[in-house]
Amino acid sequence: MKKIFLLAAALITVVFVSGHVHAMTADEIMKKSQAAFLYPGADLKARVMMKLVSKGGQERVREMMMLRKNYGQPGGEQKYFMYFFQPADVRNMTFMVYKYPGKDADRWLFVPAINMVRRIAAQDKRSSFVGSDFTYEDISGRNLEDDTHAVVKDEKIGDCDCTVIKSTPKAAEMEYSYKLSWIDKGTFLPIKEEYYDKKGELYRVFSADEIKDVKGHPTIIKRSMKNLLSGHMTEVSFLKAEYNVGIEDSLFTERYLKQPPKRWIE
Amino acid sequence: MSRRQTTDNRQQKSDVVSLVACCLLLLVWPLSAVAVETSLHGFVQGNYSMNTTEDNPDGKDFKWSEERAQVKLEATADQFSLFIKGDAFHDNIDKHSIMELREGYADYTSEKWDARIGRQVVTWGVGDLLFINDVFPKDFAAFFSGRPMEYLKNGVDGAKVGLYPGFASFEFIAVPYFEPNKYPDPSRFRMFDPMASITNRETQDPYRDFHKAEKALRVYRDVAGFDASLYYYHGFSRQPSVLPDNPVAPTRLTLFYPELSVYGASVQGRALDGVLSFETGYYDSRQDRHGTDPMIPNSQTRYLIGYQRQLWEDFTVGAQYYGEHMQDHSAYVQNLPSGFPREKRLHQLASVRLTQFMIHQTLRLSFFAFYGLSDRDYLLNPEVKYNLTDSVWIALGGNVFGGGKPWGQFGQFANNDNVYAQARYEF
Repeated sequence: MKKIFLLAAALITVVFVSGHVHAMTADEIMKKSQAAFLYPGADLKARVMMKLVSKGGQERVREMMMLRKNYGQPGGEQKYFMYFFQPADVRNMTFMVYKYPGKDADRWLFVPAINMVRRIAAQDKRSSFVGSDFTYEDISGRNLEDDTHAVVKDEKIGDCDCTVIKSTPKAAEMEYSYKLSWIDKGTFLPIKEEYYDKKGELYRVFSADEIKDVKGHPTIIKRSMKNLLSGHMTEVSFLKAEYNVGIEDSLFTERYLKQPPKRWIE
Repeated sequence: MSRRQTTDNRQQKSDVVSLVACCLLLLVWPLSAVAVETSLHGFVQGNYSMNTTEDNPDGKDFKWSEERAQVKLEATADQFSLFIKGDAFHDNIDKHSIMELREGYADYTSEKWDARIGRQVVTWGVGDLLFINDVFPKDFAAFFSGRPMEYLKNGVDGAKVGLYPGFASFEFIAVPYFEPNKYPDPSRFRMFDPMASITNRETQDPYRDFHKAEKALRVYRDVAGFDASLYYYHGFSRQPSVLPDNPVAPTRLTLFYPELSVYGASVQGRALDGVLSFETGYYDSRQDRHGTDPMIPNSQTRYLIGYQRQLWEDFTVGAQYYGEHMQDHSAYVQNLPSGFPREKRLHQLASVRLTQFMIHQTLRLSFFAFYGLSDRDYLLNPEVKYNLTDSVWIALGGNVFGGGKPWGQFGQFANNDNVYAQARYEF
């Protein structure tokens, strides 16, 4: 018993002293990546521009204010509040999500034309977010326990030293059979993700196109998702992003869904 | 008939007056040296609905045909804001142009409370096109004529105060000017009328007496992850009752709006991999508490259960069951004049809604159906909507009615089937 403790202590020392991320397990890397990608700061306010580009080059634009607040540790509960600026037919609509680890989210939509707040039924895994190539799960993250993660190799993308992780869904319900993620060893942000279908063919690619430091948090301010089968792609840019802006809990209520406070949507 | 036109004209006149008043207010406001932020949006649209089975009673082929422009003006300064939504349209059937103030209100917002005064749309309850605690004005003619869904709801002219003490939220509404529901126009729709031969009719003016103001209260909060609401309404039925001058051989009919109170509750939340809704309400018919007056609806208990679920990507299905239980059915039956169709004690209805989005949610195929479980009649509404660009959309659909008896809720509209087109440019 004592020997095992000593061995463990020695291993931990080696890991810390040598600083080899390599020694981290795939699960640990994905956990750090989730924290860096989806949970930085206590809250986030970002003006988001989504460009949906068809194979023929036709563009559609969705612009929104996204407000996100963390509750508890990374991987824990989060609340999202979104206000749409465009297109014109969804202007003034708001959308609220209570995201829980390990179970489906609660979602509400406010339709200003008839002053109505309604719960909407949508499954995270298969629903496209506002018609884009991103699913709800791509936006707010997938439960890490739903996949098994394995380190595949190390690889450089541009200047980034990355660890490549293969994530395989435990349940067969997903439309992809596995996903490869290139996780930056420095920032733990995903630089690239590749989704492979049931036949093992690559069909969907995520890429982090621009990363900026926002209040000490490296943040992907430009990203894209491309569907190789349809040729359709979606580019997402953060026009403005700020962390720790002090979003109150009360924002995430029916009252403000109907009347979004001006200071949060400016 | 002529009386109703007078009411309509007066309504339009008051709309124009309020519209002008609101615009003036907006123009004057910036002078008050507070930083004012304004925004202007709106749309132009064409909306046409053509008969497919029979022409209108007045011989026309269209249920609806109009070109319309809407302007939405918003101005905000500190805790105050003003909002105006005004429509101007040309009706190709009756060949006239009309201005209409859809909404026009002033808002005040503070941390613990807020207030909204003016014409405003209020939507309560959890039903999908089934209304129990949503006791606010509706335009069913718009719904049956293939107009965009937002025209099903009309505003109330009143004041709303919201209180947010934390343990629950409160919404109190006072409406001094009663606004009835709009039902299909007998010149455009073929409908059942038990007293069709009596054409001498008058509508008793909707109440404009401040002491008779309608009052409505909603208290809501989260209960174990469900959105729970309690409702109270004290006012009048928005569906007119008919009072004959002589019950044996009537020569003149008076349409009036009987006193009504509603006590209700609803819950909605995530359950069974979807969204589950439940709503109920007790309709207290204050002028006929014993159920003996055949011309005033009996008190009722209404309830609905709804379930909505996403079955696959971009495809959602919703189903509802709805019931109306008459309180004093035997008293109703005893007092019903001969020749009138007899309603059942329990009136039941089911609905289904299927929605499939395609082409990155720019194309929406939808199907909505009501089926009268008691009357065995139906209403079917298939629709295709496509967003040509981010600012232009078109919708094509149809309304198909039938089944049951010629006086049923939907069965009576059997000869009013129509196909409609809507096209809108929005800015």
